[in-house]
Amino acid sequence: MTIRVLKTTFIASALAMALAGTVAAEDTKPKDAAASVKKVGEVEVLHWWTAGGEAKALGVLKEMLEGQGVSWKDMPVAGGGGEKAMTVLRSRVQAGNPPTAVQMLGFDIRDWAKEGATANLDDLATKEGWEKVVPEALQAFSRYEGHWVASPVNVHSTNWVWANKKVMDDLGVTEAPKDFDALISILDKAKEKGITPLAIGGQPWQEATLFEAVALSTGGPEFYKKAFIDLDKDALTSDNMKKTFDRMKKLRSYADANFSGRDWNLAAGMVIEGKAALQVMGDWAKGEFLNAKKVPDTDFLCYRFPGTQGNVTFNADQFVMFKVKDDQTEAQNLMAKDVMDPKFQIAFNLVKGSVPARTDVSDAEFDACGKKGMKDLAEASKGGTLLGSMAHGYAAPAAVKNAIYDVVTKHFNSDVSADDAVKQLAAAVEGAKE
Amino acid sequence: MSTTTVRSGGDWLRQFLPRLVLAPSFAITLVFVYGFIIYTGYISVSKSKMLPNLDFVGLDNYRKLWKTLNWQVALDNLAIFGILYIVICGALGLFLAILLDQKIRGEGFLRPIYLYPMALSFVVTGTAWKWFLNPGLGLEKTMHDWGWASFKFDWLINPDMAIYTVVIAGVWQSSGFVMAMFLAGLRGVDEEQLKAAQLDGASTFQTYWRIIIPQLRAVFLSAFVVLAHMAIKAYDLVVALTGGGPGNATEVPATFMYSYTFTRNQMGVGAASAMIMLMTIAAIIVPYLYAETREARHE
Amino acid sequence: MNSTIVGTKQGVSPWRVVLYVTLIVFAIFYLLPLFVMLVTSFKTLDEIRLGNILAFPSEWTTEPWVKAWGNACVGLTCEGIKGYFWNSIKMVVPAVLLSTLMGALNGYVLTKWRFPGHKWVFGLMLFGCFIPFQIVLIPMSQVLGFFGLAGTTAGLIFVHVVYGLGFTTLFFRNYYEAFPTELVKAAMIDGASFLGIFWRILLPSSGPIIVVTIIWQFTNVWNDFLFGASFAAGEGAPMTVALNNLVNSSTGVKEYNVDMAAAMFAALPTLLVYIVAGRYFVRGLMAGSVKG
Repeated sequence: MTIRVLKTTFIASALAMALAGTVAAEDTKPKDAAASVKKVGEVEVLHWWTAGGEAKALGVLKEMLEGQGVSWKDMPVAGGGGEKAMTVLRSRVQAGNPPTAVQMLGFDIRDWAKEGATANLDDLATKEGWEKVVPEALQAFSRYEGHWVASPVNVHSTNWVWANKKVMDDLGVTEAPKDFDALISILDKAKEKGITPLAIGGQPWQEATLFEAVALSTGGPEFYKKAFIDLDKDALTSDNMKKTFDRMKKLRSYADANFSGRDWNLAAGMVIEGKAALQVMGDWAKGEFLNAKKVPDTDFLCYRFPGTQGNVTFNADQFVMFKVKDDQTEAQNLMAKDVMDPKFQIAFNLVKGSVPARTDVSDAEFDACGKKGMKDLAEASKGGTLLGSMAHGYAAPAAVKNAIYDVVTKHFNSDVSADDAVKQLAAAVEGAKE
Repeated sequence: MSTTTVRSGGDWLRQFLPRLVLAPSFAITLVFVYGFIIYTGYISVSKSKMLPNLDFVGLDNYRKLWKTLNWQVALDNLAIFGILYIVICGALGLFLAILLDQKIRGEGFLRPIYLYPMALSFVVTGTAWKWFLNPGLGLEKTMHDWGWASFKFDWLINPDMAIYTVVIAGVWQSSGFVMAMFLAGLRGVDEEQLKAAQLDGASTFQTYWRIIIPQLRAVFLSAFVVLAHMAIKAYDLVVALTGGGPGNATEVPATFMYSYTFTRNQMGVGAASAMIMLMTIAAIIVPYLYAETREARHE
Repeated sequence: MNSTIVGTKQGVSPWRVVLYVTLIVFAIFYLLPLFVMLVTSFKTLDEIRLGNILAFPSEWTTEPWVKAWGNACVGLTCEGIKGYFWNSIKMVVPAVLLSTLMGALNGYVLTKWRFPGHKWVFGLMLFGCFIPFQIVLIPMSQVLGFFGLAGTTAGLIFVHVVYGLGFTTLFFRNYYEAFPTELVKAAMIDGASFLGIFWRILLPSSGPIIVVTIIWQFTNVWNDFLFGASFAAGEGAPMTVALNNLVNSSTGVKEYNVDMAAAMFAALPTLLVYIVAGRYFVRGLMAGSVKG
């Protein structure tokens, strides 16, 4: 009896403690699993380039680093343009165990730097002379209070129109539309021919991407800056803004019935197959065209959104470096350096459809649209018309961005009038601001 | 009740071992459920934005929450979704259970078909559902292809109707499970009473309505609780099907809370909405718990 | 109970025809999404782009399945989802067994070894089933970080056990509630120990409820995305996280056939559990858990 009691008690306590047991046993295992000889260290990278060409493009960076003795611990989390990855990041930082580098956009970078969670890359940046080659508008995000916290990977611009060349030829359109009315006349022609004029993906961020292009076209860069960057109440309720909303409704009438919830790549597919005439989307759409073996200028065309020529609304992916233990900083610095290496910048951006984040890179390997993008970027940067994209978190903080999404998507999908929409817009921005 | 004192000479171990065995589970619950609820409660009255911040701001977040248009939409949607989902799942589950209980040949084949949706998450089935409901790809297009040109099923893209597609997918997922619960209940009904009723000449309908269904009271209650908590927690479902759109028309409290906490950097408002959700759940669950724990012994 | 709506004659009455037709129509409704997934996973991409989602493939291909399992890219490693499949297994098995065992012991104590306040303890534990999991992410990551469990499978198992306990305890408590207390009392008088009674008297007759609990827990843990993504992203990520990475990549090309094949792989274990153990499921529910 006593033996049995002892035995059973033992089992019982083992059961009760089993949790703690597994825990302690597993704890030490994963950390120092792979120890190679000339290892510099390891970088753990949180990103949402999880599939297809973009994952392959990032693989270039991984190979570069591995050649330098840095092992790459991949931590991909896809979904919602990085939303899920940001949730994971929060839990990692709260656990006191942040990744080495995190793919990030716009104001998120500032918010994390403000929390004091980011590393300081000043020494590296000075040595490499980043200040001279990275566009100033971009630096405003790569640096926090003057200190470098991130290496920019690319610059996407969002005010592009992608058109099917054959459809354009059939419609007798020979040159890029110069203003909004010219765009409408093309759309009308397509409608007459029975082709869906405008391929739209009905998700809030896509609607907002269209919205910011229309706003920029309607009110010009000054208005854009006042409304979306300074969040000026007068600009938000101005006639230009009303006109922007009206134009959105107008554009909606050129979409097919089934646009709600459609992914952007399906919308691009409609243009590729000639089912739709054109799509307004950032330059990542180009990847979709290239993947379908289409050639710029022969199969498809890229224009700036009519009325926004000379302006670039940008969205740049950056790798934000987080504070890590001292023995990992060398690997971290190597990664930050390699990201900015022209070789990687070219290899990556050729695949991604975007342009390099440094303006001193040769455009020789890029296609017609890429060359145009690089030229536009350099000019806009010089002329002060390189503007942060509102739809992609480069104009206003997340709370404001989403508040604008709410109003834009609500208006686009219902019969709210432009007058009400601007009122809602001002109120929503006000509520989300402070 | 007095089982613990059966043996007067009960040793110390016997007295305390049971409690010792239960203690870890209870402690875990206290910390990881109630501790975290208190934590969330505090966050909801704090200045937290992107990360938790302990500065106290009173009820500001709640005020902000009730002023937010989307929150009102989310509550309305939860009411629509919750009521329809619970009622339809319950009715359909009972209906199918009664049909399956008619000595059906192939019951063993049909039952898992009704039950399997519960096994799959919407991460898995989301895309298929989205296609199926999309007028340009799914049911509507198929009907058109088959020559029924006037067929129309565009709820997914209609802001006024999209929430009902969420109901359809939700019912698809859970009604089979409810069916299994009712089936189990039906199989437990007292045979003698039924025979007596049949001898009295009661019709089948009367038998069900008067004798069988009243005996399923406990099943109704369990089904209600399971469905109610799934309705309030519904998140994957909405994200997979509509992503909250079109035009935020299908926002529900769970998506609202997630987006404010994790993507909009307004953690305080997100926590406030979580507290409201918790209170709603408590209002539904606590009476059930009360009944559950007070229930008279079977023996 | 086995009374029939319609008469007992064996002939084909119109009612029975209606009955069977209704049942089959519903079966089709339930099978549709699975059907769409299956046929899509055997189609080529071109056919998906142009064809009807409900049509059978004109040209069957198993390539998507091979690719999904073995060489689709999830992040930067192009080794398919097989690794993540095992991650999930490694997580699910201990999490399910531990939470089931603890639930059984809890149910046993709460019904056969009652103490003052046992109702409160049970009530408090049960409420834990109903909290929205999103609220626990932030504090839980702090706790896991504190214990050095952040990002480990052990941490993930711990989380699943913690939030599975409410349900497992509920199932076993309701089941043991109906178990004759006399047997337990008699064993006590014979001097059987606390665990001896559990091991030799209750456990052997707990088959149905163990099946219910395991099905329930297996489904929940296997299908979880939120905890998996937040606490174990990276190489140790479970299947659902990998599937999400494959399916939800925002700016990549979508290979729907591969996505669907991967989704089928993710679904297979739970489907299997439901089909194999499904018959016991209803029996287990019958045996007490629904009769709260």
